[in-house]
Amino acid sequence: MIDPLLVTKGLTRRFGGLKAVDGVDFTLMPGEIRAVIGPNGAGKTTFVSMVCGRILPSSGAILFDGADITDMPAHRRVRLGIAYTFQITSVFPNLSVYDNVALPVQRTMGDGRAPHADVMTALDKVGLADRAAMQAGQLAYGHQRLLEVAMGLALKPRLLILDEPTQGLSDAEIEDFVRLVRTVAEDATVLLIEHNMPLVMQLADRITVFDAGRVLAEGTPEQIRADAAVQAAYLGTGAGEAA
Amino acid sequence: MSGQDKPAKIYALHLAVLAALFALNFVLPAYYHGLMARILVLAVFAMGYNVLFGYAGLLSLGHAMFFAAGMYGAGLGVVHFGLGVPLAFVSGLACGAVLSVVIGLLALRTSGVAFMIVTMMFAQVFALSLIYFAAWTGGDQGLVIPQTARMLNFGAVALDLTDPTVRYMTALALCAVALFMTAALVRSRHGRVLVAIRENEERTKMLGYDTFANKLVAVTVSGTISAAAGAAFALLFGYVGANFAGVQYSILPLLWVLLGGAATTLGPLLGTLVMYVVTDTASSFTSAWLLIVGVVLILLVLFFPKGILGTLRARWLGWLP
Amino acid sequence: MAFGPHLLLAVLEGLVTAAVLSLTALGLSLVFGVMRIVNVAHGEFFMLGAVLAWAVANALGGHPALGFVAALVIAPLIVGAVAWLAERLVLSRLKYNPESTIVATIGLLYVIQQLALTFYGPEARPVAPPFSYRLSLPWFGYSAYKLSIIAAAALLLIATWLVLTRTKIGLTMRATQYDSETAQAFGIPVGRVYAGVFALGAMLAALAAVLIVPISQAHYLMGQDPLLLSFIVVIIGGLGSLRGTVVAAVLIGVSDGVVSMFFSPTLAKMIATLAVALVLVFRPQGLFGTAPR
Repeated sequence: MIDPLLVTKGLTRRFGGLKAVDGVDFTLMPGEIRAVIGPNGAGKTTFVSMVCGRILPSSGAILFDGADITDMPAHRRVRLGIAYTFQITSVFPNLSVYDNVALPVQRTMGDGRAPHADVMTALDKVGLADRAAMQAGQLAYGHQRLLEVAMGLALKPRLLILDEPTQGLSDAEIEDFVRLVRTVAEDATVLLIEHNMPLVMQLADRITVFDAGRVLAEGTPEQIRADAAVQAAYLGTGAGEAA
Repeated sequence: MSGQDKPAKIYALHLAVLAALFALNFVLPAYYHGLMARILVLAVFAMGYNVLFGYAGLLSLGHAMFFAAGMYGAGLGVVHFGLGVPLAFVSGLACGAVLSVVIGLLALRTSGVAFMIVTMMFAQVFALSLIYFAAWTGGDQGLVIPQTARMLNFGAVALDLTDPTVRYMTALALCAVALFMTAALVRSRHGRVLVAIRENEERTKMLGYDTFANKLVAVTVSGTISAAAGAAFALLFGYVGANFAGVQYSILPLLWVLLGGAATTLGPLLGTLVMYVVTDTASSFTSAWLLIVGVVLILLVLFFPKGILGTLRARWLGWLP
Repeated sequence: MAFGPHLLLAVLEGLVTAAVLSLTALGLSLVFGVMRIVNVAHGEFFMLGAVLAWAVANALGGHPALGFVAALVIAPLIVGAVAWLAERLVLSRLKYNPESTIVATIGLLYVIQQLALTFYGPEARPVAPPFSYRLSLPWFGYSAYKLSIIAAAALLLIATWLVLTRTKIGLTMRATQYDSETAQAFGIPVGRVYAGVFALGAMLAALAAVLIVPISQAHYLMGQDPLLLSFIVVIIGGLGSLRGTVVAAVLIGVSDGVVSMFFSPTLAKMIATLAVALVLVFRPQGLFGTAPR
């Protein structure tokens, strides 16, 4: 039996009196493409922020590859192989595209080697190699999102967390993106927060549905499509609109 | 720093600047020759400041304590322990390094405005302690390092640091070392990380960098270079004084770096030079040099926040390091 | 003098310091609270108040009380006008970026200091107190004027508190402090509020200086200590809290009075500064608001 890559047990985060994430038990197997969906404010971003260490949980535990990482600082989790790409594009706008990718590349490399080749490979993968010298802030929005993904990939993650990666992308760009995620999934596990349902159905192996800080349902795309509770809470079909 | 930069051009520029400074030794009249030696040493202080402020984006208002740590580390070593020039210099460096590690560990727990205030307060404590322990430090009066102690002996060859040419060349050598060290630093991986921290610390963390450790290195490098300037100042000009630990000497490197251009390798040198030329020119018709400092500071932040070289780089010379 | 009376004297002196300090620190705290900027030139507004008080009293001549009362009105007004101008011409153009603002107010500090040196000179000059009655206590005589400083500062603090909590001006200020964008949307002239707050902060410092100048003389470098002490008070007392400011000022003032009577003032200042720096390092959240950046 394969051991899970990521496990959370009773993971909870309170903001004031509000429980943004409420006792979430979650298991992710290696090699999976997992989508996390749910209405706005369901706690998806808070949940993945705890996984990658940007927010500390109020209670509960996080295990990565069997090791407890609940109290580990974010930068050390990244070194273990958890990479997070931001919901709001967060490249370094005043640095060149090259430097943006060189930063994660040089971190994963041993000393003594020049990062140049790896940087260009990573840029090639997302199709930005010809824009290496540009300031990242001057890239078109869709390209900035791709750069963001390239930075995540350059970390050579074992778990890549993508927070609404297709937000603001055109249909053509989304297609490129789907191809890219499939390539990534060959050597990494992907955890994806996404609102674009057709994309999720097409891409994800399994789907976890969040609602009001809890896991409402989990299963294959077919199971989720058929789940009445999910329909009521989120997909908005039938009588679901009121909920 | 990008993949497309021009290292040959950059090193040629730095060498040309240093060659010009070398040539100045032979043409400057005595008064300006002495002034220029002073400027070279203080430019090293500014370069140290630039590492932290320009590249890592941390605005310290207490760098005088690092300069003074180097100065007193060297000066007290000579006066109280009879250290020779090389050991005294090393002692100054060591004092600066230790102090900057300690201050870094404390002050880096804060950020932004709190960092500025905290560094200012630590510097104030340092300056007050120099006055309080007057029996050792000479208090407000400071200490004079006797001319006989300022000899550098290499076997049979003795260099007299009080000789104008020796002094100028020593200052220039230190300046060259600091210049190439900062130039190498900003082209290094560590330099790239510092800039990333300046631009977006949170994001840098999420690329797996321990930003605290990186900032601590920056404070230490910056503080130690500043201390080197302080130690050289004591040994070359023979005086150690508490006024060098005062608030003013924390503000001045900020001013020089802002003027020359933060996050440019040559900016600190240029800023120090220009500021001295301006105050020196102005001092012939007014004694109000603080007024000039104040006005220049205000004008810089209002209209010229990138400084001379920063503006040149943004407008025309993108390759400037 | 025995220890008891000695201590009483120290406490009285400390209370005078505290009275002046709470006014000065309140000015600094208001500016940080509402505008989220640190005014490094605050001590120079204090100094300017004292120097102008001397100038006014000297120009008027006549009975000391006349000059003093005139100074109490005129000096803060001039200082307020200078601060207003500085805010409109410099700070507002920096969009209140915290770091640029600090650099700019450092510039302002040097400009004001140098102008004072040029036009007023390096001498320390006294202003005659409005009255010179001495209270005879059983152990020592004590200047009634010093006691009246405490009373005057208390009155001014109460007046400020009333303005902040009971008037439309105070409400406007609090609305701007809470959320300047929303305030703007509701038609509050945020720029003018900022300029007003900056001027008010400077005027409080100037008022404090006019009160203290009959016992401590006016000098162009006198702004440094009030600046440092105000920082300390504001950090300990918590920002924007008037009560915290007063409590901290009394704490710092009295302990400064007592400590410097028995120990070297340099050592006292060293320890106080170090302690406050460490407070900032280890408890920044409670002391510099929620977001230090």
